[in-house]
Amino acid sequence: MNAQAAKPPKFPEICQTGYAGLVVRFGDQLNEAGNRASLAFAAEVTAAGLAGVLEVSTALQSVLLRYDPLLVSPEALRADLAAALTQRDWYAASLPQGRTLWEVPACFGGAYGPEFEQACSLAGVSQAEAVAELCATPLRVQAIGFAPSQPYLGELPPNWDFPRQATLNPQVPKGALLAAIRQIVLFSVPSPTGWLHIGQTGLSLFDPARDPAFMLRAGDEIALRPVSEAEFETSCAAAPYGGAVRRALP
Amino acid sequence: MTAVFLVHQAGPAVTVQDLGWHGYVAQGVSRGGAIDIVAMAEGAALLGQSPNFAALEMAGFGGAFSATRDCVIALTGAEMRADLDGRALAWNATHAVPAGAKLKIGPVMRGVYGYLHISGGFEPPLILQGRGTHLAAGLRAAIRAGAELPFGASSATRAGLSLDVADRSEGGVIRILPTLQSDMFGADLLAAFQNISFTRDRRSNRMGVRLAAPDAPNFAPEAARNILSDIVMEGDIQITGDGTPYVLMAESQTTGGYPRIAQVLPCDLPRLAQLSSGAEVRFQMISHGEAVEIERAAQAARAQLGAMCKPVLRDPREAGDLLAMQLISGVTAGEDEG
Repeated sequence: MNAQAAKPPKFPEICQTGYAGLVVRFGDQLNEAGNRASLAFAAEVTAAGLAGVLEVSTALQSVLLRYDPLLVSPEALRADLAAALTQRDWYAASLPQGRTLWEVPACFGGAYGPEFEQACSLAGVSQAEAVAELCATPLRVQAIGFAPSQPYLGELPPNWDFPRQATLNPQVPKGALLAAIRQIVLFSVPSPTGWLHIGQTGLSLFDPARDPAFMLRAGDEIALRPVSEAEFETSCAAAPYGGAVRRALP
Repeated sequence: MTAVFLVHQAGPAVTVQDLGWHGYVAQGVSRGGAIDIVAMAEGAALLGQSPNFAALEMAGFGGAFSATRDCVIALTGAEMRADLDGRALAWNATHAVPAGAKLKIGPVMRGVYGYLHISGGFEPPLILQGRGTHLAAGLRAAIRAGAELPFGASSATRAGLSLDVADRSEGGVIRILPTLQSDMFGADLLAAFQNISFTRDRRSNRMGVRLAAPDAPNFAPEAARNILSDIVMEGDIQITGDGTPYVLMAESQTTGGYPRIAQVLPCDLPRLAQLSSGAEVRFQMISHGEAVEIERAAQAARAQLGAMCKPVLRDPREAGDLLAMQLISGVTAGEDEG
């Protein structure tokens, strides 16, 4: 792959956000190379243990350093980050080691996906075509966020690039699959959302009483396997990990 | 035997809270913990213990309680009606609670979140090394009648101390800083946002304070529904699809796709959390350099709270109570403050 071609112009950039956030952005659009760059750069600055940095996390195309401005000046931290950015071509970084692939049973449409029809119409495909597109290849956990262990999965084909809804769906259940902007989000807790509710899994992504409490890490993959409502109810809804099967990725 | 605090009756939103979780943002877990961290510092100063010792956070209404062992409590945050076996209790003060005595904490009189701290701290089972509650993340649930809360051993004898506290429920100027998306709003919306007085909508909770203003324009910028989900932090002011501003609080999500017009300074968040019904706030953008100096002063002020605790002056006719007041302990107030 030509790594230089994958680097969007003007990026990476370092931005202050609010009082205690410095954000390194590798892009402002979904971009596989920018996602890998974010994961690799976050691992690097975490290992570096920079003074005054309280924690490091990633979003889809960015890395957040939450720091204490009373312990380190934003200028000093920014200089450290700028130096780290020049160390290598982060867009050519490989994915983290020790990743997991989860094969996850999912029930699309009907009572378990009340907005599937609307999503298919926005994506310009029949329901059968949509299931085939969503389940054709494993989806990457591009970031964990919003709620505990909750993944942003992608990238979906270009016809799934429709916006979030302006009005909020007041509540979708735990394990729900939601689609918008070429991504699927798999909800870890019941929540309001502006994304379209297309299906349901039996996953508990986060359980503080379980070891490990958090099921997913950024970089892991999820392969959705379509199941009928009957199979979902008998074999998945109450099974450990919703009937999902895990495999180590090379 | 472990001493327990018995909950005979509880309001709808009573939770056990410490200062929250740190270090779990990469896993999607925001801070959680007490929404008014100044109230936590005040309780800690009054009782001479760590501000991370867990307390009860009571939104709007408290409950009825008793302890199986003598203890000392401190009441901070939003002032609520409180009495012990029928005798009214002062707020921002400590009180001896003998084993079996009936403590009643009623409706809030101003502000939103009252806090009940106990000598030794509440000690519910640790979850992810924390004793707080994060309702949105499913980390512990609200307290219900019938709960038995263990509390730690303590030799504290600090009943009868009080702290002179500035009211945090009256609103006023809230300082803000730019976020990653502030520029998306353009100068006109940013100016309009700072020229309007907002009140706290009733549909507010530990996740966010919804702001209301009758004359507010729609703050949603053009094309915001297609922006990539990005980092969200406590204090961010999110503009939802219909243009409503929400200040994200202790149970904020960790990422999100709604643009954030600005972020509230950490030391001003308690005044938003505690905003009384009808009280107004206005937002004022400042520089990061100014924010650092303001936060430095706020941290110094919290560190001074212990030294500001004073014995309660009482009517000498309540002579019986004087014996329980432990006046001497007021002299050492502040030494234990971390």
